Amino acid sequence: MEKTTNKRNENTGLNYIKKNWQLYVVFMLPAFLLTFVFKYLPMGGILMAFKDYNPRLGILGSEWVGIKHFSRFISSPDFVNYLLNTLKLSVYGLLWGFPVPIILALLLNRIRSKNIKKNIQLVLYAPNFISVIVLCGMVFIFLSPIGPINKVLGTNINFMTMPEAFRSIYIASGIWQGAGWASIIYTAALSNASQELTEAAIIDGADVLRQIWHVDIPAIKSIIVIQFILQAGNIMSLGFEKAYALQTPMNISSSEILPTYVYKLGLQMGDYSFSTAVGLFNSIINVILLLVVNGIVKQLNEGEGL
Amino acid sequence: MNIKFLKMSRKDKIILGFGYMLLGLFVLTIIYPLIFVVIASFMNPNVLNSHGISFNIKDWSLDGYRRVVENKMIGTGFLNSFLYSITFSILSVGVTLFAAYPLSKKDLVGRKFFNTFFVITMFFGGGLMPTYLLINKLHMINTIWAIILPNAVNVWNIILARTYYQSIPTELREASAVDGASEVLHFFRILMPVCKPIIAVLVLWQFVGMWNSYFDAMIYLEDSWRQPLQLVLRSILIQNTPDPGMIADIQSAAEMSKLAELLKYSTIVVSSLPLLVMYPFFQKYFDSGIMVGSIKG
Repeated sequence: MEKTTNKRNENTGLNYIKKNWQLYVVFMLPAFLLTFVFKYLPMGGILMAFKDYNPRLGILGSEWVGIKHFSRFISSPDFVNYLLNTLKLSVYGLLWGFPVPIILALLLNRIRSKNIKKNIQLVLYAPNFISVIVLCGMVFIFLSPIGPINKVLGTNINFMTMPEAFRSIYIASGIWQGAGWASIIYTAALSNASQELTEAAIIDGADVLRQIWHVDIPAIKSIIVIQFILQAGNIMSLGFEKAYALQTPMNISSSEILPTYVYKLGLQMGDYSFSTAVGLFNSIINVILLLVVNGIVKQLNEGEGL
Repeated sequence: MNIKFLKMSRKDKIILGFGYMLLGLFVLTIIYPLIFVVIASFMNPNVLNSHGISFNIKDWSLDGYRRVVENKMIGTGFLNSFLYSITFSILSVGVTLFAAYPLSKKDLVGRKFFNTFFVITMFFGGGLMPTYLLINKLHMINTIWAIILPNAVNVWNIILARTYYQSIPTELREASAVDGASEVLHFFRILMPVCKPIIAVLVLWQFVGMWNSYFDAMIYLEDSWRQPLQLVLRSILIQNTPDPGMIADIQSAAEMSKLAELLKYSTIVVSSLPLLVMYPFFQKYFDSGIMVGSIKG
């Protein structure tokens, strides 16, 4: 019995594909091929992390060395340092940066005039359209020993050479650039939320804080959860571009993170296999974190995760 | 009349006042550095160096802009960035809109497989060196394709487009099927015209993303005449080494460094202006385009 239903399903499946071949050949194929070639083929290249890559022999021909590169990395004195730099930068960045867009959206939602609201949004979104390089260039200008900030403070501190200042600079400039843009999603959800609930709350005598707590926040709760999982899951995939642009030889002890280290190992020093091993280590931690965060949120959020 | 703002107690007014102040402060923090850079870009390099910015018209000059506009590297960088960004956004958004269409059909055979196939790449990849070696093997190093093709498929955008399609009544397809329209015909004639908001948002995003990035260009493009604007900016702003041609007529080293400082401001303005002028025209699409896609993640 079961066999025949399976067979019939297969047939309807094949019939569907035959009938709707355009969906597969015209629509799906380009993205499928691009993803296969540029995302899945490199995954095969991860083999390099377990070999001593030799350009003459190619990836497949090179000699297997097992986990040599991983144990070399984990036992190196830099390991703990770079791992902590990466984790601290992104965890602090998440903790400081995550609430700001939500607060901005809650405040924007309380603005009466549509025009004022629109103009404020225009300003809030602007930094998102400035490039990483220009942002970092501005950071260098404003924080230089003769820059505006030092003029205001009456000092001549060179912030860009201070390892202890790097994380604050990175995170603060990130909030400056990204918080307004990140608030869009919450603002849109709030403006779509039911007005009646707020009105009912007001009639019940709820003050502004209670309205926000009992009406506004529940309206965006599911988006907050999704955003949090996505960002927490990306903790180890910190942007290379900004960290690299803000690095100076003097602040390297706190600004060297795994992605920049992978770049230097691989493309500057030509240590392909070791670089791949460090990169793989980074993405494995990332996947584990994603699964853990998703699991925790599911527990807290009555079974709803990503 | 919006009941939300009727009848406010004193406590509410204080809380709201504090909130508005906070928002105002944030807005100022964004505006101040931008205005500072614009004003500084018009300064005479000597005044800028000794006094910072001033509002005295005598201290102003267009020297910085003259040198930026006359500079060949910046001009080429602009053209390259424009070429790369246009090509990238057309290709990427096209592929994305295409792939999202079958995925929006609930009865698609193999839907789960394709979804998983794409989503995995959001969280796991081969990493830098394997990708680099692949690009090398495909002989794409030092070509435009090295920075365009690998990131053309953006899974997040596919999800957005898919969700947008699903918000459109399926009766549209049923009706066009009765008329005998193929999927391709339906897609271009019926579906695309009602998807303008999401298309606008995706094109803008991909364009901005390519325009503002530098990493792929840094590792894959070797010839200096292929460099996008961001790499030219990097040498001026981050590495403190403007193109020698920009300051060749200056003799003393001190004058040169003052000028190099001024050039930072004017290059920031010239290079950021196009996007900052462009994005407000897209603002009306932001909410609708982003919202529909984000609800279900």
